[in-house]
Amino acid sequence: MLEATDLCCERGDRTLFAGLEFTVAPGSLLRVAGANGTGKTSLLRILCGLLQPTAGEVRWRGRDIRKAREEYLRDLVYVGHLNGVKDELTVSENVKIALAVSGRQVDDAVVRRALDAVGIAHVEHTMARFLSQGQRRRIALARLFATPDAPLWVLDEPFTALDTRGVAALSQLISSHVGHGNTVVFVTHQDVAIAVARLQHVDLGGRTSVAESTC
Amino acid sequence: MLKIFLHVVRRDLLLAMRQKADVLNTLFFFVVVVTLVPLGIGPEPALLRDIAPGVVWVAALLAAILSLPRLFANDFADGTLEQMLLSAEPLSLIVLAKATAHWLSTGVPLTLMAVVCGLLFDMDHRSTAALVGGLALGTPVLSLIGSIGAALTLGLRGGAVLASLLVLPLYIPVLIFGAGAVGAAAAGLSVSAYFLLLGAFFLFAAVLMPWAVAIALRISVE
Repeated sequence: MLEATDLCCERGDRTLFAGLEFTVAPGSLLRVAGANGTGKTSLLRILCGLLQPTAGEVRWRGRDIRKAREEYLRDLVYVGHLNGVKDELTVSENVKIALAVSGRQVDDAVVRRALDAVGIAHVEHTMARFLSQGQRRRIALARLFATPDAPLWVLDEPFTALDTRGVAALSQLISSHVGHGNTVVFVTHQDVAIAVARLQHVDLGGRTSVAESTC
Repeated sequence: MLKIFLHVVRRDLLLAMRQKADVLNTLFFFVVVVTLVPLGIGPEPALLRDIAPGVVWVAALLAAILSLPRLFANDFADGTLEQMLLSAEPLSLIVLAKATAHWLSTGVPLTLMAVVCGLLFDMDHRSTAALVGGLALGTPVLSLIGSIGAALTLGLRGGAVLASLLVLPLYIPVLIFGAGAVGAAAAGLSVSAYFLLLGAFFLFAAVLMPWAVAIALRISVE
């Protein structure tokens, strides 16, 4: 259960949002919407603990994420705006090292399967520097395919630079992840239909509201 | 715990190997400074022997400063630093690993090169040993203290200059006692007091810096 209470974020002297409240139960997908500059990325970074909110707090399983940081980070996988891909490492080295640094077990078979699922297994031993934007995005997303047991994914524009098949594969992954009782929070501008039991919206455009729809 | 340390050290060394130019730049700078000074000062052997420890230590200090941006700037730019901050393992351990890798790819080559510098300046064996020993103890301190400068100035314009301004005063004790050890050895005195002080700096930096750097990184990445 991910809860945000009375979140407020100021960048510079602008207030991006204030008094934001929502609760995301396990097995639901939260989509953060809003025009450019309304603080979507800031909200995600606050949810990850990378950015301190001006006011309010984020709780995971009932505990403030700042107080239970280690347990929280063990549960969290974040794919941000930046891919976190090293140009000088090969594709598989990138995924393995990213998993190792995040403190997770690195299993060669799991990494292979993840690369396969994300469609870059054929360039496994190529330096990331020689790959296209879309392929580099896939390296970052391979971390999701390799961590199906992480209860919380936070994804910032995960569909950027992906082709239609990539988008389809990722939305399927998200829907199955949510289907297994996990939580996914994501931002996207693209109109992607993700089939989940519980879909929640947070709209940061001007006024902040939380709408809930079941489909 | 130990695993993440080794993973990060290996990662950074692998990256350093693949970006040899960065590492060689630092070494090349060190060699150039050390070899240019005699050309500027003149070929008087006694004078050169006297100034050798100072020259080598100052060159090592400047070379260490030159290599500081490499510590975090690239990882910050491509988002891997963000992922390190989100690691379930202690950030200070990751920082310690990064400083260790930085020392292995900068401090150790500089220390080895100092043997050649000893020959170049016609230093006796005892002085050369004191120089190399002092650098072996002092360069990890340079990497550790340097990491706080690099972390605090991350993402700032002109960060490299600011970082050197921040860390230079903290480098001065290392310079004084490191060069002092060589002077004492040349005069036939015991160097143990100098080495003990350098060792104390090292322990102090190894305990406090990773923790301080971890906090600085969290602030810089916001």
